[in-house]
Amino acid sequence: MTVWETSSVARVVPPARPRKLAKVPFVELADGRLQGVVSSGSDIGRVYVSSIATGTYAFACSTNNNRPCGGARGMFCNHIRTLVAEAVLQYGAERVARYLKAETPGQEPDASALVSVMTATRPAQGDTSAAAPVFSRFLRHLAYLEREPVTTPLPEMQWFPPTRAVA
Amino acid sequence: MRTDLLSDPVDGLDEALAAVDAFDRVLVAGLLRPQPAQADGLTAITDAVAGTPLAARVAEAAEKTAAGAAGEEHFIALAAARTALMGSVHDALVSRIGDVTGRPHAEATAPAAGGDGPAANVLAAARAWLCDIARAGWQGIDHELVAGAAPVVSAMLPDPLLRRQAALLDGFAAELAASCPGATLERIPVRRWADLWSRALLLTLPGATGAATGAVTSTATGRLLPLGVDVQEHATAVQAQVHAVFEPADGTAPRLVRAAVSAPKPDTVVGAGLWQLLRPRMSLLAAVSEGRSMELDAMPVTDEGDLVWDDERARAGEPADPFATARVILSTAADPVTAPLDRHPVRIAVPVLVEGYAVEREDDGPTVFAVAGHRLAVDTDRVPAAGPLTPETVAASGACVGLLRWDAGAFVLQPLAVETTVRKKTAAVHAGAWAGGTTDKTGVRAEKAATDSVAVLRERAGRLLRK
Repeated sequence: MTVWETSSVARVVPPARPRKLAKVPFVELADGRLQGVVSSGSDIGRVYVSSIATGTYAFACSTNNNRPCGGARGMFCNHIRTLVAEAVLQYGAERVARYLKAETPGQEPDASALVSVMTATRPAQGDTSAAAPVFSRFLRHLAYLEREPVTTPLPEMQWFPPTRAVA
Repeated sequence: MRTDLLSDPVDGLDEALAAVDAFDRVLVAGLLRPQPAQADGLTAITDAVAGTPLAARVAEAAEKTAAGAAGEEHFIALAAARTALMGSVHDALVSRIGDVTGRPHAEATAPAAGGDGPAANVLAAARAWLCDIARAGWQGIDHELVAGAAPVVSAMLPDPLLRRQAALLDGFAAELAASCPGATLERIPVRRWADLWSRALLLTLPGATGAATGAVTSTATGRLLPLGVDVQEHATAVQAQVHAVFEPADGTAPRLVRAAVSAPKPDTVVGAGLWQLLRPRMSLLAAVSEGRSMELDAMPVTDEGDLVWDDERARAGEPADPFATARVILSTAADPVTAPLDRHPVRIAVPVLVEGYAVEREDDGPTVFAVAGHRLAVDTDRVPAAGPLTPETVAASGACVGLLRWDAGAFVLQPLAVETTVRKKTAAVHAGAWAGGTTDKTGVRAEKAATDSVAVLRERAGRLLRK
């Protein structure tokens, strides 16, 4: 076996890169989708749940109250474009491209290249059935902030060293 | 320090690790329909524990597992056998490190029997998930299977007594999720995932954590002299561990202790944001940044040398330089003994002072200290990003306080602080210098960005949660 394979502290997932969270408080590569939550520009009480499916790029965008997004009719709305841009900041363009299976031939992937590659395939509009689970994952994510720190030792964290390498 | 001993072979190590590797490869393809090659791996681990009290149970488990008929108790027996082997590797390495440092060892105490522990239901659910993972194998994982961990973790997080299990399962499941589908994985962290799996499985047993952390059996009163801070993190958890020398007020011999503070976190809280989450819960982080000692009054401490920190039982003391502590007291301080169930090479983190080395480093390549004709690899990747210590500073250093660790067959040094010479003056740079806050320009910017992130998340949480 290689050194990496016999390492107890092999780094598997690069840490998230820091980014400003005001526009997109939550983005993740999960459940076969790039998905996340985009704050509404006009109403502070409203958020949009946006997603793009891996491979097919089927997209969906609706509010947390399950009203369809007016912009996501037949094409990527601005929420989805913003979501891609923030995902690239958090995970790096290469990882986002690999996850979505979106190749940008002849150029380094960046957010706008990714969006044009995906829109060029004329992706179908997906249904918004994923909105509820994505929104609940976002709430679960926020709930991590509510947990108190503890001072009893967690020996298992020794398996999770930090890394200076970025995505 | 006898650094020459670090590269000498350790008796029995290769044999023990060969049995571990054989078992670890079994988990790659999964145990739903075991193949003959997998039976060989199961035989290897059975043979390795043949002379131990585990022998009969492991032999039975290996037989059932090879037949594709393994139940929970069989997976637990196999995980126990692997844990025992890794424990023996740990012991051999710690004994070697004892020869290297020449320091006294604290006496081992008999482990306290664990109580029944909390929340049997959620632990049973965790166990069932881990057994399903073993049946699927790393090549058989998919999103649906991995997602089964989420409700278990959510149920564990509110209970502080289940933090160990929650932090481990959450970090493990996140890695598996990022690696789905397993069928297309180009490479697999074979030992790491087998480590995490067997560790998680044993932690679902009643009383496992009670017995493992070494119940709080005494209190510490005296002076605490910090050496440095070690940070551990995954996407949704962080722990900072201060390594320090404790000088008892009653005049008994000094010993090495640790003080940890940990918290769950959203994955977008990183860098300086980690310190901000932890800082309010442990005044020791501020003392570390200010280069101060602390006076402890009856601070609870476990048999393993872990202080269970309580701000009420500590007050700031005199200034104390970690390099002075390392030069004057460290060599006489006794190393704590790891609790039996916790013995694993990954737990090895032994404070040492290394001086008089030459640094070998090629452009951005790995750093190596050449000490008295021997080469010691330096793991600069473990130095937290939110701090003034960088791989470049380490490469320009002349003395280093660090943690001696072991991974993938070799000892490595994790720097906690280094001394460098700036304009003919010696200056110390600490990895954890920003733990308690900073006035450094880069540091202040990182703090501001982290504060903004958390503020946004709290605002969103306030508006959207509990609706």
